[in-house]
Amino acid sequence: MALIQARGLTKTYVMGDQTVHALRGVSLEIAEGDFVAIMGASGSGKSTLMNILGCLDQPSEGEYWLAGEEVEKMTPDQLASIRNRRIGFVFQQFNLLPRTSALENVELPMVYAGVKPAERRALAIKALQRVGLGERGEHTPSELSGGQQQRVAIARALVNSPQLILADEPTGALDSRTSEDIMQLLTALNQQGMTVVIVTHESDIAAWARRKLVFRDGQIVEDIVRTDLSAAGPPQGVKGIPA
Amino acid sequence: MNWLTAFRSALQALAANTLRSALTMLGIIIGVAAVITMVAVGNGATQRVQEQMKGLGSNIMLVLPGGVSQAGVRLGAQTRQRLTEEDAQAIAIDIPQVQVVAPTSRTSGQLVFGNTNWGTSIIGVTNDYLEARDWPLASGRLFDAAELAGSAKVAWIGTTVARELFGDLDPVDQIIRVRNIPMTVVGVLAPKGQNSMGQDQDDAIMIPLATLRNRIWGGDATSRLKRVGAISVKVRDGEDMKLVEEGVKDLLRQRFKVPPGGEDPFNVRNLTEILQAQEESSRVMTLLLAAVAGISLVIGGIGIMNIMLVSVTERTREIGLRMAVGARGRDILAQFLIEAVTLSLIGGAIGVALGAVATWAVGEFAGWQVSLSLGAVLLAVGFSGVVGIFFGYYPARRASALLPIQALRYE
Repeated sequence: MALIQARGLTKTYVMGDQTVHALRGVSLEIAEGDFVAIMGASGSGKSTLMNILGCLDQPSEGEYWLAGEEVEKMTPDQLASIRNRRIGFVFQQFNLLPRTSALENVELPMVYAGVKPAERRALAIKALQRVGLGERGEHTPSELSGGQQQRVAIARALVNSPQLILADEPTGALDSRTSEDIMQLLTALNQQGMTVVIVTHESDIAAWARRKLVFRDGQIVEDIVRTDLSAAGPPQGVKGIPA
Repeated sequence: MNWLTAFRSALQALAANTLRSALTMLGIIIGVAAVITMVAVGNGATQRVQEQMKGLGSNIMLVLPGGVSQAGVRLGAQTRQRLTEEDAQAIAIDIPQVQVVAPTSRTSGQLVFGNTNWGTSIIGVTNDYLEARDWPLASGRLFDAAELAGSAKVAWIGTTVARELFGDLDPVDQIIRVRNIPMTVVGVLAPKGQNSMGQDQDDAIMIPLATLRNRIWGGDATSRLKRVGAISVKVRDGEDMKLVEEGVKDLLRQRFKVPPGGEDPFNVRNLTEILQAQEESSRVMTLLLAAVAGISLVIGGIGIMNIMLVSVTERTREIGLRMAVGARGRDILAQFLIEAVTLSLIGGAIGVALGAVATWAVGEFAGWQVSLSLGAVLLAVGFSGVVGIFFGYYPARRASALLPIQALRYE
């Protein structure tokens, strides 16, 4: 069964006397374990879809099932629990808590999951090691580079072992070399079984994904599945993935 | 999210913004300290009056000679002594509600002991005076009947006089010269402190009325008529002071043959009543001080409100992020509530400490009597706490009601 099933999602914003249609009837399915890139120009509706898939926003119309649960019928508290257990977010601007150590940032989702402090600390250290920042746990975001901050954010996203990782322009604030590291990290997570959905407007970032959805004017206009590889991976010319 | 974790993360959040937290607390600190100090000063004043009432003796009134007119010139109170010891006896006999009556006369003069000397008030009294004023002897004995009747050369001295003349020496049975008349000290009065005018009541020597009359004044016209400067009247407990005051006035009018509607040649001062009025006015002052301090507390509250509103609004993105990683509305509320409570508690505690120090300083350096009041402490801390909590809670509630994406995108 598909992890994500959405049917007829629309989203309209009313701004003054103008009505903006951000999504115009989007239906899609994403299978568990897939690696999907959502592409499109800015204003095409890709971020709106991402927010709805992440239960951060509600569609104006349409149905959405995440892992068999019907999301639009949930209370805010149930949505919070879904976000906590099933979804990990990676944002363009990292969104780490300032003046708070990397470890404590990574612990944050577990705080709301009710994990005990000692266990929390151990899991956070493990997650930071997974993203290659085992030594930087005590540093605050301002003491880390952009790439390192995004790694902390990824550690935070994966620490509760979610089924779905949603990354909104994860490389948008990074240089190309660092972007590659981040994409390798996301690819590695995907190979370990997590479903990864990234939003990007850069085609060389989208090239890492197995499936590519292209948005224009609130609708999916292309749905391309890579056939050259059975699994997602680096595009041609990029070296292999760390284990 | 358990409470301990919440409290720890609140402390971290406060520590992460030290300056802002400190500024918020400043409002609480100043407000709390102001209320505590002002109420302490006001309470101190009230207490001082109450102590004076105790020092005066309870249920006491003072009969003083009134002014006289000589050829149309009114000379004011006490210009001529017309009250006599007989008047005092008449009051004691004719008015049953009176517990004790003590006629007194006053002069001043130099005391000499060895090679030291000291100028002080000389008061002619009877043993009843001590009862009227609730003023015991610290050491020594009362005058006996023979001494009172026979103008004996005996005296009680106040503690100030004892200190000035005798230092560490025991004054009892020592002989001092009072206006050059040698007298034996037979008693030392218990310390009494200041009266309501700020005079040191312990700076006095008391001798029998007859001794003052016959030996100090030397038997002039005033003495022969047994005139006295004042008559202290102590009324029995539970009797109506007003009624007794009228009784005393009626009696004296008869004795002085005052025609109906004529001017009384005497004054009756109900001292207890005067002090009660003073106590009342110092209570009003306490209230006024508390009101002014209360206004500063309210202003402090507005400061807390502003900074809380700004701080929560500024952290809307953080709220959004927390919701994105799984915080429920009530987790967000709990976090800000705990932050606000922590801020209020720390600020309140510092405010109480500062208020206590300020109170002490006022007492120490301004010399005012002060009294810390638990009620004021609780009121001040409670109020600023409620303000901090309310204005931390309200914007946090608003933010937690947003969709996570709205909070995340908040600029």
